[in-house]
Amino acid sequence: MKFAIQINEGPYQHQAVDSAYQFAKAALDKGHEIFRVFFYHDGVNTATRLAVPPQDDRNLTKLWADLAEQHNLDMVVCVAAAQRRGVADEDEMKRNGKDAHNIHPAFRISGLGQLVEAGVAADRLMVFGD
Amino acid sequence: MSEIKKFMYVNRKAPYGTVYALESLEVVLIGAAFDQNVSLAFLDDGVFQLLKGQDTKGIGMKNFSPTYSALGDYDVTQIYVERESLEERGLTLDDLLPLKYEDEDDDWAEKDSIRLVNREELAGLMEDQDVMLNF
Repeated sequence: MKFAIQINEGPYQHQAVDSAYQFAKAALDKGHEIFRVFFYHDGVNTATRLAVPPQDDRNLTKLWADLAEQHNLDMVVCVAAAQRRGVADEDEMKRNGKDAHNIHPAFRISGLGQLVEAGVAADRLMVFGD
Repeated sequence: MSEIKKFMYVNRKAPYGTVYALESLEVVLIGAAFDQNVSLAFLDDGVFQLLKGQDTKGIGMKNFSPTYSALGDYDVTQIYVERESLEERGLTLDDLLPLKYEDEDDDWAEKDSIRLVNREELAGLMEDQDVMLNF
């Protein structure tokens, strides 16, 4: 089965990012394919490399980044949602005259078309959120 | 991407107070470029998204409700509103934006995009979809 995953909620605020991670991990362990993971709404905050959760807690950015590295996952952050919330890569921040950038290299910024394309290409689109 | 799938965007939340409604509409407008079979469903507090006469000045938010009227121009013409959700909130079809589209198969006749469906019919429509995006 070829899955796509959409995450609509912010990390630590909501279980959705964790549940999506557990789902993705379980699906990959079973030999399924994940076409793309798409971060939308507050879910885009998962992609910040500047998050420093307490040491005895899970680090969701790192968990996703490690999983992506192991399985060559395509993790896309919605550009419009990300810009609203101050999540961006270096090029974009320069373009907007900002002096910092924060996206983790395991993620990439792209448009909502990537979400629709994932819905078209995958056998199942799994949406995690309220 | 030759295969045409049935996409349904399910809107369950009030238009303001959270960002879901606005960011759902953004996906719909982008998704319209993909030549898929697209429908929108409005249920629960999501029916408030289609209210006419929205005025957001008092809360300082952008009133994005005029954009729904443009959906017809994007060939998004199947808009399902759940009858029970409307009734539970004391609303009728007359309280909603008059969303229209021009039917190219019928000499560009102007038609209503909104279709009132009951809960059971909506469940049937959902059953029939390939992809559901919930907001």
